[in-house]
Amino acid sequence: MTTLADAPVSNTPKESFRLAMLLNDTRYRSLTFQFIALVAIIAFMAFVGGNLVRNLAEAGLNISYAFLGEPAGYDINQRPIEYDSQSSHGRAAVVGLLNTLIVAFLACMTATVIGVVAGVLRLSNNWLVSKVMSFYVEIFRNVPVLIWILIIFSIMINALPGPRDFRGDNPTASMSFFDTVAFTNRGVFGPAPQFTNSFGATADVPATSTGLDWLIVIAALMLSFFVARAIRAWATKTQEATGVRPATWHMLLATWVIPVGIVLTFLGLTWEIPALRGFNFQGGMQIRGSLIALWFALAIYTGAFIAENVRAGIMAVSKGQTEAAGALGLRPNLIMSLVVLPQALRVIIPPLISQYLNITKNSSLAIAVGYMDVTGTLGGITLLQTGRAIETILLLMLFYLTISLLISAVMNVFNNSMKLKER
Amino acid sequence: MSDTELAFVRSEEIPPAPPPASEAGAVKWMRENLFAGWFNTLLTILAIYIIGRFVVFAFPWFWNGVWDAGSIKECRDILSAAGKTTGACFAVLVDRWDHLLFGFKYPAEGYWRPTLAFIMLIFAAAPALFAQYVPRKFLIFTGLYPFIAFWLVWGGSLWVPLCILAAILATAYIFRVVENLDVGARGVLAGIVGAAAGLGLAFLLFQGATELWFISNSVGAGGALGTLASLLFKAASIFMFVFFIPMGIFVGYAIYNDAEDGGLVTVVTALFAIYVMLAYLLSPVSGALNAIIPIELQAVPSRDMGGYMLCLILGTVCVSLSIPLGIVLALGRQSNMPLIKGVCVVFIEFVRGVPLITLLFVANVMLAYFMPPQSNFDLILRVIIMITMFSAAYIAEVIRGGLAALPKGQYEAADSLGLNYTQSIRLIILPQALKISIPGIVNVAVGLFKDTTLVSVISMFDIVGMIRGPIQQSTDWISIYWEVYLFAAMVFFVVCYSISQYSQWLERQLATDHK
Repeated sequence: MTTLADAPVSNTPKESFRLAMLLNDTRYRSLTFQFIALVAIIAFMAFVGGNLVRNLAEAGLNISYAFLGEPAGYDINQRPIEYDSQSSHGRAAVVGLLNTLIVAFLACMTATVIGVVAGVLRLSNNWLVSKVMSFYVEIFRNVPVLIWILIIFSIMINALPGPRDFRGDNPTASMSFFDTVAFTNRGVFGPAPQFTNSFGATADVPATSTGLDWLIVIAALMLSFFVARAIRAWATKTQEATGVRPATWHMLLATWVIPVGIVLTFLGLTWEIPALRGFNFQGGMQIRGSLIALWFALAIYTGAFIAENVRAGIMAVSKGQTEAAGALGLRPNLIMSLVVLPQALRVIIPPLISQYLNITKNSSLAIAVGYMDVTGTLGGITLLQTGRAIETILLLMLFYLTISLLISAVMNVFNNSMKLKER
Repeated sequence: MSDTELAFVRSEEIPPAPPPASEAGAVKWMRENLFAGWFNTLLTILAIYIIGRFVVFAFPWFWNGVWDAGSIKECRDILSAAGKTTGACFAVLVDRWDHLLFGFKYPAEGYWRPTLAFIMLIFAAAPALFAQYVPRKFLIFTGLYPFIAFWLVWGGSLWVPLCILAAILATAYIFRVVENLDVGARGVLAGIVGAAAGLGLAFLLFQGATELWFISNSVGAGGALGTLASLLFKAASIFMFVFFIPMGIFVGYAIYNDAEDGGLVTVVTALFAIYVMLAYLLSPVSGALNAIIPIELQAVPSRDMGGYMLCLILGTVCVSLSIPLGIVLALGRQSNMPLIKGVCVVFIEFVRGVPLITLLFVANVMLAYFMPPQSNFDLILRVIIMITMFSAAYIAEVIRGGLAALPKGQYEAADSLGLNYTQSIRLIILPQALKISIPGIVNVAVGLFKDTTLVSVISMFDIVGMIRGPIQQSTDWISIYWEVYLFAAMVFFVVCYSISQYSQWLERQLATDHK
């Protein structure tokens, strides 16, 4: 440091950089802190990384993802895509991933329905119904979801009849819904759609997969969707022009039913009814007990939380809104659908997003009931067979992280479109 | 006015007539609340039907319950002997009561210890939970409680927790002394401490740099990605080699430079003191004291913990640890230093994006790879670390909401009073932000407590693990499920429901705004 003894005295001290300013001057202090933090992070990495390298060397392991291409050698009982025990670990992980998405989707839909119904009913002025709903919400919210999953799973495998109870001259159990659905302890067997006129099939070679047929059905539904939207837009335009909204329900019904009906008739839709053959039901669609347990437990558990969100959302709409709508002459159901719900939705959607994320993350509890989701395949059997703990768990985390970020991104877009448009 | 003779003038009021029977009492209430309109009537009938079905199904089952039997077969025999078609086997709860509560390995003669610890927990929590009604001086007991509970549950020599407590008290005393030293003495102390800290830090960083070089050499073999990783580690290593001496000198200088103000000197001296005491003095001193006056309980290793006790241990420990960590993370996320903010954001979003099970897998199979070789971390400790990280991320988001809800004027007012960062956060910001965050924190705490059942997935025997393992797979109680799961559901419900009721009560107590 230089002392400026003979410099002209000025009112402001000369700005020279001193080391102490790194600590005492707020302009530089944050830089100092960040530099120290950076060094600390690198040091932490060095500690952790060094240990990892030593431990791996000691165990004779290395980090490699080559195992994903090796044959898995285990079976998965629910296969959305083709898979057998000779398929690779990577394919097993994809099967598990699809299973996770299936159960998460089913549970999200069901939980939303349950939650909205319970939330609205809890606000009902019917004393008994609102008490029953409060009871439901409090009971289910305050008990771990794992216990609900296990309870429902136990009921599925212990309380339902086995397939052999359906056999014989005096069966102790019988199929429900006009002999089409069998509730057994091996899962629920229901009718499965089949296409006799499948698109991929020729006269003598039956189709190997029905994927193309389903695509055509979906295309027909998309067509109906756009036509229905056009009809609704036309109705709104007519209403704005003349003040009378034309009745559109018959047109909408026709739009939704006719194209799909034509496509399905053309494809030759039949239902394959499950039948008892040998020791088990064959044919039809089997929904395993583990899927049902996971699906319903997640749905009713999360439904209780969604019910609270819905209730809070509806209560957040001020009473003046309801009264004003009533003063305009709207009927109660129109008040709910035109005035209260659109406003309540803005409050409901953000917590709903996090409930959907919770369902997706809680679906990893599948491992407790043996449902083969991605935690069961990649983080379960693959981990045990290959012993590659670090690789599998990192992949697992990456997968859940991606799903979480995707869901929240999609729902945020939806949320922004619903948000109050302010200036 | 007029003097017309009136035949009759009523001089007193007629007593009001009672309302019509349909407009009063129970009839009115029922009409308004149960049978208002056809739809409501339908709902009521439906609800009554469902409740009726439930009662008809569940009540005989509950009422016929057998409380005294040795096995599920015996229990069914008793039921069929009495001619009952349905009935619960509550005998499993009686038979396996200890297992459900304490796990199957905890020594039976020591059951009073966790029970006593649990009862004391209620008294220890009371001064913190009901601050208005319990005198402040009882907080001393709350402070002592972790040591008592640790000793009671884990056992071993009483001198170990006592010596840790003594070390903490001694550190606090040293902190006080250094804080009150006069400037000259503190300057000397700052010089010594600064030199020691600088030297120690430089040594640590040098080790880190060599470690990084070592890593960079062993990751290079795996293709392009490996080469890149190797280069990155080499760069980090060179960075550390360049900076280990300047960093040591700088930190030493910073401590010395701060002698006048004294904050750094006191903190570093205190840290240094507690490190020396815990690392070098704890085991010889407590061992020696125990040799002189042995006060010992039978030591119970962590892997013997189980049952509902394990859930309670994990719940209380992780919640109490994750609140301070959550506050730090939330403040870090609010920071205007990009690096610190970035680290906090990445940590919070990462942890919130993955399920707890994957973190428990990390604790179970992966964490050991990141620890020094031959270090033997308890599974329960690893699980506590991961659950604490998990809930801290959620609590951080709740507190961030509280911080964001404070008007900016509060921060500015704190600045204009001349408070520094620590003071303004401690005295102005946090008291208000935490008050707003209480409902959210309690929600996270309840969720966390419920999530402690997930440890059964990594083969720890909490209450769910006990039911699925030793109880359902025993020959006596094979595949019994309703009774045990309902019991587990009930014990969780009692705790979680009370906590959420408490939170609502507290919210009302703390509401200082006008409603």
